[in-house]
Amino acid sequence: MEMLLSTLISALQMGMLFALVALGLAIIFGVMNIVNFAHGEFLMVGMYTAFLTATIFSIEPLLTLPIAAMVGFLLGIASYYMLVRYLLKGPMIAQLLGTFGLMIFLRYLAMCIFGPDYETLEHGLLIGKSIKLGAVVLSYPRLGTAVLSMLAFGIIYWMMDYTRLGKALKATALDVEAAGYMGIDTERMRGLAWGLGGATVGIAGALLINFYYVFPTIGILFCMIAFATVALGGFGSIKGAFIAGLIMGMIIDLGGTYIGPQYKFALVYLTFFLVVVIRPKGLFGW
Amino acid sequence: MLKVEKIEVRYSGVPVIHDVSFHVNGGELVSIVGANGSGKTTLLKTVAGTLHPEKGSIEFENEDISRSSTVNIVRKGITYVPEERRIFGPLSVEENLKLGAYIVDDREEIEKNLDYVYGLFPILKTRRKQLGETLSGGEQQMLAIGRGLMSSPKLLMLDEPSLGLMPKLVDEMLEAVATLKGEGITILLVEQKVREALEMADRGYVLQTGRTIYKGTGEELLETDIVKKAFLGL
Repeated sequence: MEMLLSTLISALQMGMLFALVALGLAIIFGVMNIVNFAHGEFLMVGMYTAFLTATIFSIEPLLTLPIAAMVGFLLGIASYYMLVRYLLKGPMIAQLLGTFGLMIFLRYLAMCIFGPDYETLEHGLLIGKSIKLGAVVLSYPRLGTAVLSMLAFGIIYWMMDYTRLGKALKATALDVEAAGYMGIDTERMRGLAWGLGGATVGIAGALLINFYYVFPTIGILFCMIAFATVALGGFGSIKGAFIAGLIMGMIIDLGGTYIGPQYKFALVYLTFFLVVVIRPKGLFGW
Repeated sequence: MLKVEKIEVRYSGVPVIHDVSFHVNGGELVSIVGANGSGKTTLLKTVAGTLHPEKGSIEFENEDISRSSTVNIVRKGITYVPEERRIFGPLSVEENLKLGAYIVDDREEIEKNLDYVYGLFPILKTRRKQLGETLSGGEQQMLAIGRGLMSSPKLLMLDEPSLGLMPKLVDEMLEAVATLKGEGITILLVEQKVREALEMADRGYVLQTGRTIYKGTGEELLETDIVKKAFLGL
């Protein structure tokens, strides 16, 4: 019973982080119908940004969140204006391979700069601390990550529904041509979608570094989870990304605990496969 | 107000419009009629800035807009209500209308326009919280036109507003267009209901395979052989 409770709590916590990671992918796909294969690398950049800022300036890792968000935003904007915009003029295959190329480039650029070593943060407000509630141990970094992920997610969700900019992004996602007839600068909205995608995953990276090690190829793992999450939630759906993120957390943690840790990612891909076969538009897809 | 002169437009490299000239004066309702594939929609999309002409010029209020972006053209006061409505299905009626006022910064003006559209199409007010995709075809068309009016345009371009509607609704829709004209809104109308479109128009143009082959008042055009034979089946 205690084990189930602990696992469920851990699953929810990780689920919220997965949701935040998937959010950026969902926004970019929603607005542009492009899958950003470099999304995991954006996370890696966010993690290194937080790691380096915290170690070099010896500051509290949580204070690096806005910096990671900013770097992520700029990375997203730069990817759009320097690469993706040109890919759109080419055939479909160029769009697929283009962001794939960006993924390889960022991954091995990081390898060049940082080497293949695993790095972790050792000091921080949350790092290494936990609290025992009855039989359940709550880890501070995971708890903090879950709360802040949900907060970041909530802000974006609110922005999409209640601000003029969010509405314009939504309209662009729904029908780019019709959005143009409303006088919406759809080109700017596309750049902004990449910026937001980068910023949110940058924040996720800066949170993750509080309890996970960073290395140049970490993107693969989270990118695949994010793909499966977005596919399950429905490509382009923000609500879907949230619920699917929680489900992914459950699958990974419950599966890992009760079926065997070696199977947990196989379960993720099995889910991905089943969604594609049974309900390709996902739970909340348009 | 709008002056299109000798434009040629290509679609993926293929010329669709070879040589079209027309103009719209302030307060007029001008209809453009022609068979499917004669280039009517391409023409409106070119004025709206989605496509740009290879040759010729487009002037709006004495300013060349043939190279302007859609955003700038909307800001100058031309709105395009596209064929097949293109409303935002998963958004509510009111959200759709407010998106139509995207370029308007003045909240009071948005409220005023909203009231105006609700006055014109009361059914939209009843359904304002409903999602666009749950509306009937006729209501969706009203929403598309209403959305086009939300930015207080100087020129409203309507692309086949009666397309896919049942006969009773076609009349209602065209009556609504006549009402708009009565209120002094300048309208450029592309319509498959040739007789109705020409009857209500001040002037009209007949388009055939990307060329303007006739121009004149609505009544004059209704008397031409080509309109009688090709469109009215007389």
